[in-house]
Amino acid sequence: MRGVAMATRRVKSPYGRGVVDGLPFIFVVAPFALLFGVVATEAGLSIFEALAFSVAVIAGAAQFTALALMTEHAPVIVVLASALAVNLRMAMYSAAMTPHLGHLPVWKRSLVAYFLVDQTYALGTLEFEARPSQSAADKFAYFLGTLTPICIPWYIFTFVGAWAGAAIPTNLGLDFAVPVAFLAMIGPMLRTPAHMSAAFTGAAVSLAMAWLPYNLGLIAGGIAGMVVGAQVELVTERRAARRGEAGA
Amino acid sequence: MIETATLWTVIVLLGIGSFALRFVFLGFVGDRPLPPWLLRHLRYTAAAILPALVAPLVIWPRATDGETDPVRLATAITTLAVAYGTRNVLAAMGSGAAVLIAGIFFFN
Repeated sequence: MRGVAMATRRVKSPYGRGVVDGLPFIFVVAPFALLFGVVATEAGLSIFEALAFSVAVIAGAAQFTALALMTEHAPVIVVLASALAVNLRMAMYSAAMTPHLGHLPVWKRSLVAYFLVDQTYALGTLEFEARPSQSAADKFAYFLGTLTPICIPWYIFTFVGAWAGAAIPTNLGLDFAVPVAFLAMIGPMLRTPAHMSAAFTGAAVSLAMAWLPYNLGLIAGGIAGMVVGAQVELVTERRAARRGEAGA
Repeated sequence: MIETATLWTVIVLLGIGSFALRFVFLGFVGDRPLPPWLLRHLRYTAAAILPALVAPLVIWPRATDGETDPVRLATAITTLAVAYGTRNVLAAMGSGAAVLIAGIFFFN
């Protein structure tokens, strides 16, 4: 069985393998895109504006963040700072892709950068680390394969959600859809004590500083949580290193 | 209601900013490794800023004009618990939605 699976894997083109590996993610991407479309129209965006949002930004958590803060009439600078902070992890993805795709022509690197989202990054690193000897062209083709069933549905289902959003009654508790979506995304992030400390500090400081104007409590919470997370990681690593030395 | 000028400013600048973050190493920096202290902070930005954003929305919901609401609190706790326990984003959203809709139906 395993031999068969590997054999079919070998005959497929890099692009085809990318498509197959990316396909399951459509079940994660489609509902989020639908929800964004619905929530965006509830916030007063037209279908075109909702779609433009998804095409320009192509990052779910940041889009929800920006939308939530704009609904609260936060200043533009706070909206941008918060949403970009949510997207800072993309810089990490960019760094991870560089050894594999950094030598491609600029237009191809730009294309990769634009489509570098959580799921394409995850599949890309897995594949490139498992098969590092592939040519850059094959790696690029694989990446194009993964984004086809991941990023294209992001646009399509944003459109469908925005289009359906106008027909959905507003008293279904839709006001709370964004917090529910965020909490569902936060849960799986709490992998380590450092991540938990970052999350707890972020929430606590944001609540304590909620009296600050211009939603600055959110920024304070984000910075405090980030610093605490990094410090906890440092302490945990040092402790593990010391234990390792004692054991050796 | 969100003003059109504000909306388009955010769409355009957030689009450019997100692209810049994704392009920065692929495009400019090349193979040079990032300093470890920077990586360490980048790792925790999303884990810190999302809870900072969501906590006030849960404790002081907009729908009740900022008054803490048992139904929305129960929804939030259920969603986070299922998300943490199962690591399944969709199962968590489904459970949360079920508690919210049932709560609104029976108590409001």
